[in-house]
Amino acid sequence: MLGKLNLDALPYDPIAIGGAISLIGGTIGIAALLTYKKRWGWLYKEWLTSLDAKKIGIMYIVVATLMLLRGLMDAAMLRGQTAIASGENSGYLTSDHFQQMFSAHGTIMIFFVAMGLMFGLINLVLPLMLGARDVAFPFLNSVSFWLFFAGMALVNTSLIIGEFSAAGWLAYPPLSGLEYSPGVGVDYWIWSLQIAGIGSLLSGINFITTILKMRAPGMTLMKMPIFAWSVLTSMMLVVTAFPVLTVTLGLLSLDRLLGTNFFTTTLGGDPMMYVNLIWAWGHPEVYILILPAFGIFSEIVATFSRKRLFGYKSMVIALLAIAVLSYIVWLHHFFTMGAGPNVNAFFGIMTMIIAIPTGVKVFNWLFTMYRGSIDFKNPMIWFLGFVMTFTIGGMTGVMMSVPAIDFQMHNSMFLVAHFHNMIIGGVVFGYIAGFIYWFPKIFGFRLHEKLGTYVVGAWLIGFLLAFLPLYILGLKGATRRLDHYDSSLGWQWLFIISAIGVGVILLGVGLQLLQLYVSIKQRHKLRDTNGDPWNGRTLEWSTPSPAPFYNFAKLPSVTHRDEFWERKRSKSKPDASPYEDIELPRNTPDGIIIAGMAGAVGFALIWHIWWLAALGLIGCIVILIRRSIINPGEIIIPAAAIKAYENQLLKRTRS
Amino acid sequence: MSHTLASTQNSSKVQLGFWIYLMTDCILFATLFAVYAVLRNNTAGGPSASDIFDMPFILVETLLLLASSFTAGIALLAAKKSMISLARKLLIATLVLGVSFLAMELYEFIKMYNEGHSWRESAFLSAYFTLVATHGLHITAGIIWLLVLLPKFFRSKIDSLTISRLTLFSMFWHFLDVVWIFIFTVVYLIGDKTL
Repeated sequence: MLGKLNLDALPYDPIAIGGAISLIGGTIGIAALLTYKKRWGWLYKEWLTSLDAKKIGIMYIVVATLMLLRGLMDAAMLRGQTAIASGENSGYLTSDHFQQMFSAHGTIMIFFVAMGLMFGLINLVLPLMLGARDVAFPFLNSVSFWLFFAGMALVNTSLIIGEFSAAGWLAYPPLSGLEYSPGVGVDYWIWSLQIAGIGSLLSGINFITTILKMRAPGMTLMKMPIFAWSVLTSMMLVVTAFPVLTVTLGLLSLDRLLGTNFFTTTLGGDPMMYVNLIWAWGHPEVYILILPAFGIFSEIVATFSRKRLFGYKSMVIALLAIAVLSYIVWLHHFFTMGAGPNVNAFFGIMTMIIAIPTGVKVFNWLFTMYRGSIDFKNPMIWFLGFVMTFTIGGMTGVMMSVPAIDFQMHNSMFLVAHFHNMIIGGVVFGYIAGFIYWFPKIFGFRLHEKLGTYVVGAWLIGFLLAFLPLYILGLKGATRRLDHYDSSLGWQWLFIISAIGVGVILLGVGLQLLQLYVSIKQRHKLRDTNGDPWNGRTLEWSTPSPAPFYNFAKLPSVTHRDEFWERKRSKSKPDASPYEDIELPRNTPDGIIIAGMAGAVGFALIWHIWWLAALGLIGCIVILIRRSIINPGEIIIPAAAIKAYENQLLKRTRS
Repeated sequence: MSHTLASTQNSSKVQLGFWIYLMTDCILFATLFAVYAVLRNNTAGGPSASDIFDMPFILVETLLLLASSFTAGIALLAAKKSMISLARKLLIATLVLGVSFLAMELYEFIKMYNEGHSWRESAFLSAYFTLVATHGLHITAGIIWLLVLLPKFFRSKIDSLTISRLTLFSMFWHFLDVVWIFIFTVVYLIGDKTL
C-alpha cells in the first residue's frame, strides 16, 4: 500500500531530528499565525490563486528567501565541520550526513534560491518594462510557480521522511545508481528537480512569448530595455537546455525504477554519457542565471550614473554571443575524463573566448559610469562589489579553462571558490541589487539606505573571508567535499577563516532581515510618492508605486530606448486619451491543484507507491481537460472604475 | 470589435508559444536520439537491431501514422472552410489510424518482451525502448487531446477557439510524424542490415 514507506523513514540522529523539528515547527508556526490573524481566506484569494505576475513574483522571492536561509544553514554546518574536523577531532557530522548536506546545499541554492530569485524578479518587472499588463500566459505562469513550489516542498520533505541524496548536486552515476545509492535520497533529488525543471521550462516559453508579442507599440527589439534583452537570451537558453535536463533525469530514474542500463557500469551502460548530458544542460544553466543579473546591473548603472547605457548594441551582441558560446563549453567541467588533447583544446579555447563578450560588458558598465554623475545608492554599491568579485571569479575561470592547469585544479577547493565567486559575487549580488532597485515599484516604499550599506559590507567581507582561503586550500591540494583532513597538513587555520567568513555572511543576511523590518516600520518616511524614486529611465517608473494590479491604466507607446527619461526631458504632456475597459484573467486554484498532483506523483515514485502515482497523473490530465472545456474567461474592469482608481492614486500622491 | 481583436492577438500568442513548446520537445527527442546513437552498439551479448526488427510490420505502422497525419491536415482545411461533417469524418479517421499505430507499437513491444528482450537486457534495448516509447507516449497524449476536441465537431457550428485548438493539435500531430520519420530512419532502417 505505501510502497517502501515505513516508520524507519523518520529521522533518528540528533542533527537530522533538529532539522526536521525546525522545519515542522516553522510550518506549524506560520499556519498558527495565519489562523490567529484569520488570514487564510485572504492568503488564498489574494495570493495563492492570483494570476497577477507581480504577486507571483513576490511569492517566488518569499520562497527563495526561505530557501536561502536553509541553504545558508547547510553552508554554516559544512564550514563549521571543516573548521574543527582535523586530526583526532572528527567533527559533529558523519560522512554520510556531510554528503547529504553539500548535495542539498548545492541543489537548493541553484534551483530554489537562484532560479527562484530570477523568475521572481522577471515576473515583477518584465511586463512593466515592456509596457504590458501581464505575461503572455498568466495561468501557465501560476502553474510554473506552483511546480517550482512542489519541487521545493519535495526537497524539504526529505528532511522529515527518508533522506536526501548524498551524491552531490549533480548526482553522477554510478554513485547515484541503484547499486551505490539504494536509498530514496537520489530519488528525492531526481523528482524535486524534474518537477521544478518542468516549471522552469514552461516559464521560459512564457517569457519569450511575452517579450516577442506583448511589447508596447513602438518598442522595437532594439528599443527594448537591456534587462528585457537579458531575459530573452536567458530564456532562449532555458527552452533549449531544460529539455536535456528532463531527459537526463528521466533516464537516471528509469535506471533506478525499471532497471534500464543507461548509466550503469554493466550491460553496456555508459556513466560518462550522463556527465556529458548533465553538463550540456548544466553549463547553459550557469548563464541562464547570470545573464539576467547582467541585465539588472546594466539598468542600475545607467540609472545611477544619469547617463544612457554605453554601447547598447554591443551589450545585445555580447548577450547573444554568450548565449551561443555557452553551448560549446560543457566539456570544460570534465577535462580529466580523457577525451584527448584535441577535444580538450577545443573546449578550452571556446571557454577562453567567452571572456571576451563578458569583458565587453564589464567595460561598457565602466564607460557608462565614466563622466556620469554617479549616485551611490545601495544598488550602485552592490554593483561596485559585483565588479570586483566577479572579475576575480572570471580570471580564476580563465585559469581553469587551460586543460593542463585544470588537471591540477579539478575537483579541488579552488574550483569551489571559483564557482561561488561567480554565483555569489555575480548572480546573488545581482539579484539582491535588483530586488532593492525595484522594491519601491512593487511595495511603494524604499528600503533603508544606511542599513543597506552595512548589508553590502557584511556580504562582501564575508564572501572574501569565506572563499579566498578556499583558493589557497585548493592550490595546496585540498579536494572538494572533504569532511575531515590530517592535522599535519596545516590547513586548519584557513578553514577556520573560511568558517568565520560564513558567519559574516550570516550577519549580512541578518542585517538584511533587520533592514526589511526597519523599512516596513518607517514606510511612511520612505514612501515613494511619484512612482519614480531613483530618477529612472524605463517604462516601469512611469506608473505609480506600488504598481496597480493592471500595471498601466493606458498602455504606453514608445519612441525612444530610454522612453521615460526622454519623456521627462522633453516634458511631454500626459496621455489625455480616454480610459478603456481592461480585461484581466480570473484567479484560479488550478495551478495549485496541478502542482499538488505533480508533487504527489513525485512523492509516490520516490517511495514506489504506484496507485498514488497513477492517481496523481490522471488527476493532472482531468484538471487540464476540465480547464479546456470550461473556460474561466476574463474579468473586465470598466473604464469608469479605472478612472476612479487612478484619481485616487493621484490624490494620494499629492497629499 | 475589440473583443475579436483581442482574441486574434491571443491566438497568435498561443501559436508562438506552442511553436516554442514544440521546439523544446524537439530537443527532448534530439537528446534521446543522441543517447540511442551512443548506445546503439552496446548490446552486451544481447540481440542487435537487425536481430529483432520486423521491417514489413514497421512499414505498415509507419504508413498508418503518415496517413493519419494526412487526414489531420485535411481536417484542419475542412474545418477552416466550415465543412464540419467532412472535418468530423477526417478527425475520426485520424483517431482510428492513430490508435491502430499505437496498438501495433504495443504489440511489437509485448512480442519482444515475451521473447525475452526487455529494456533490462542491454543498454541498446534500454535506449531503443525509451526512444520509441517516448514517441508512443506523445501519440497517446495526442489521442487524448483528439478525444477532447472531437465532440465540438458534432455540433452545427464551430467557433474560432476550436479552429485554433485544432490548428495546434495538427501542428503537434505533424511534429510527431516528423519525429517518427527520424525514428524509422535512425532506428529501423539503419538498424536493419538486411536492407
